[in-house]
Amino acid sequence: MRAVITVVGKDAVGILAKISGICSEYNANVIEVTQSVLQDMFAMIMLVDISKLSIEFGALSDKMTATGDEMGLKIHTMHESVFNCMHHI
Amino acid sequence: MLNAYDILETIRMIQDECLDIRTITMGISLLDCIDSDINKACRKVYDKITKKSKDLVKVGADIEKEFGIPIINKRISVTPIAIVSAACGGSPVLFAKALDEAAKAVGVNLIGGYSALVQKGFSAGDRELIESIPEALSVTERVCSSVNVGSTKTGINLDACKIMGRIIKECAEKTVDKACFGAAKLVVFCNAVEDNPFMAGAFHGVGEPDCMINVGVSGPGVVRSALSKYPEADISEIADIIKKTSYKITRIGQLVGVTASERLNVPFGIVDLSLAPTPAVGDSVAHILEEIGLERCGTHGTTATLALLNDAVKKGGVMACSRIGGLSGAFIPVSEDAGMIDAAKSGALTVEKLEAMTAVCSVGLDMIVVPGDTTPDTLAAIIADEAAIGMVNSKTTAVRIIPAIGKQVGEELDWGGLFGCGPVMPLKKESASKFINRGGQIPAPMQSLKN
Repeated sequence: MRAVITVVGKDAVGILAKISGICSEYNANVIEVTQSVLQDMFAMIMLVDISKLSIEFGALSDKMTATGDEMGLKIHTMHESVFNCMHHI
Repeated sequence: MLNAYDILETIRMIQDECLDIRTITMGISLLDCIDSDINKACRKVYDKITKKSKDLVKVGADIEKEFGIPIINKRISVTPIAIVSAACGGSPVLFAKALDEAAKAVGVNLIGGYSALVQKGFSAGDRELIESIPEALSVTERVCSSVNVGSTKTGINLDACKIMGRIIKECAEKTVDKACFGAAKLVVFCNAVEDNPFMAGAFHGVGEPDCMINVGVSGPGVVRSALSKYPEADISEIADIIKKTSYKITRIGQLVGVTASERLNVPFGIVDLSLAPTPAVGDSVAHILEEIGLERCGTHGTTATLALLNDAVKKGGVMACSRIGGLSGAFIPVSEDAGMIDAAKSGALTVEKLEAMTAVCSVGLDMIVVPGDTTPDTLAAIIADEAAIGMVNSKTTAVRIIPAIGKQVGEELDWGGLFGCGPVMPLKKESASKFINRGGQIPAPMQSLKN
């Protein structure tokens, strides 16, 4: 089982560190990261393995959203299946 | 492999364009709750609903969080109560109260099925139920009611049309203190479907299994936004863009439906391919038609653009899910659609144009506010007109019309939330009473003879 975490917002020091820190804290293995900074907008998409997650997926999602609010970022944490079903036939 | 563009497109649909699952509706059969003792029957109804749907709201909320897709409503539909209440006599309002309590106990916001199917005549329990609708809808909060008065196979029960004209008026009168809201919870159908997940017309047909999950999707904002990127596209390209967008929206409905059915251990029924608007900014079907090229929804060209939209939504959605059902088509409720409200206020959108629009889309004259002094016979004639469109075109049509008691054209009714607000729309003044009072059955059309 894999999930996609997307982070969008104003660039700042330590965004990647903070998000991957939370992943490591709850045993979500980071598989792939793409990130770009356009002007001063930061956009990151992270693919993580959640099969050995130490908390409920919903709780991780809440944690990410709360962290995003603290840092002024929009963070969406969603099951990979949402994207697969929508974009693959 | 997923690419960044696709991921960001999905996020944008949810965050900025109001993509959501409009409803997960659990259909529950109450046939095994029939009892000659009305109190026993009501207890069985309450027990069965609360047992079957105890996890519905929680599972809905879990899925919402995991998939990141808002699921706006969790609802329940049940076997038409006229069938259940026929055996016990007494006031069927007790059933309405049992449904209301069950809905509150499990936390769903609406429960549908206070219904009767009288397209070919009244059987035991039907008249009692119909006569009790105004009281049932005024003493309960979450119960929705529907009555089927016609079908392509049977023709139209004109007696039932006449009664329903009066019942609609009474529903509005009994709930004057709540902006006549009673009438907004009552739908009169022709060709009603048995697996409709959308309120207020949902009921669980007798041909359905014991319990089932049906899903209704939404996403007018996503379609409008997709079209806005191609201002110079010709009309076939427009149809293509709508199809592709509809496919994506419907895939989410399928995923959510399958997941909910697995977790609730209830078979998955259908996805209803509908574009259901809300009064929120950016969630309007009228705005899609305006994006295609109308200055204002309701003007000439509205029927053609709506026909194209409705057809393309279905073509895109068909491949996206395993089973399709319900009403499946673009909805055009006036009070629940910001663009329709504006069009009605400006005078561009009239009841006559809405009637024409219902010939090419789902479902019917929906959430239309009319003057409070409209006579029951005029309401009955509106029902008969709409039922005729459904009967001849072999499609579902419906009337959910709200007489604004004590109000006239120029005023409005405001319910807030998903139900929105609607301006009072003018109707014809000339009477149709003689036609309505003839009574009897309008014969089924030639289309019914398919065998």
